[in-house]
Amino acid sequence: MDIQLKRGLLDVCVLAAIKSEDSYGYKIIKDMKPYLELSESTLYTILKRLEMANLLVTRTAEHGGRLRKYYHITPEGLARIEEFREDWKEIQSIYQFITREEQSND
Amino acid sequence: MTKLEFFNELQSRLDGLPKAEADERFSFYHEMIDDRIEDGLSEEEAVAEVGTPEEIANQILSEIPLSTLVKEKVKKNRALRGWEIVLLILGFPLWFPLLIAALVVILSIYISIWAVVLSLYAVDLSLALCAVALVVGMFIYLFQGNIGGALMSLGTGILSAGLAILLFIGCVAISKGIIVLTKKSLLGVKSWFVRKED
Repeated sequence: MDIQLKRGLLDVCVLAAIKSEDSYGYKIIKDMKPYLELSESTLYTILKRLEMANLLVTRTAEHGGRLRKYYHITPEGLARIEEFREDWKEIQSIYQFITREEQSND
Repeated sequence: MTKLEFFNELQSRLDGLPKAEADERFSFYHEMIDDRIEDGLSEEEAVAEVGTPEEIANQILSEIPLSTLVKEKVKKNRALRGWEIVLLILGFPLWFPLLIAALVVILSIYISIWAVVLSLYAVDLSLALCAVALVVGMFIYLFQGNIGGALMSLGTGILSAGLAILLFIGCVAISKGIIVLTKKSLLGVKSWFVRKED
């Protein structure tokens, strides 16, 4: 897949993974596993990028005698997901344009 | 590989990383491994799942600009003794031109590599133009009623076109190869900067 397209999609995927409740690194990877494989280093880069863009905030909490970092979505992050839904409609109509010849041939 | 071995190797590969940056990344991997162990994996399995220290170190290095690494390196060596500073200043007329010369040599080698590639592209372009000219030539011969000349012109035209296409494929492959090599050498330079000194 085109690298720019994939990067944008992954950002929204990670935001969606923390949308309903705060989550942590390993849980995000596990939640996404049925849909797509994500390596730890890729996830780190995405989380860092989203944090810099203020689409999520982090907090550290104790868990079982050690520290764990939790990620919490911001209103800007939620807006980003909404934006993606709008973009998706556009992508779908572009897709229909791209494949219209094949459909009319059927 | 145990957790301890994993972090020892990662640490030695990324020794020169800025402290805050390294701490944040290391604690991320600590958490990832601990969460997997909590999930029922053995320590070895958990470490294996997050990837090898080499892969992780390379990925991290490719994300951090070389200038940050150089700055960190200079900062670490700041504890210079008085006579070292004196030597550095006295030696400046010697080491500075040498340093500049070395950099310029590296740069010029790099530029000349690309110059070769550029000239190959130029040859390719001239072949393509030859092909066009020869096909036009064929029509002129035809117009004059010279069938033999027209056939020869067409033949050499197709030959040039074929050579041009083959050469173009070669040129693109060479360019890609050089770009990959450039990235690899940059990674090499970076890991040289951050690796633990023996």
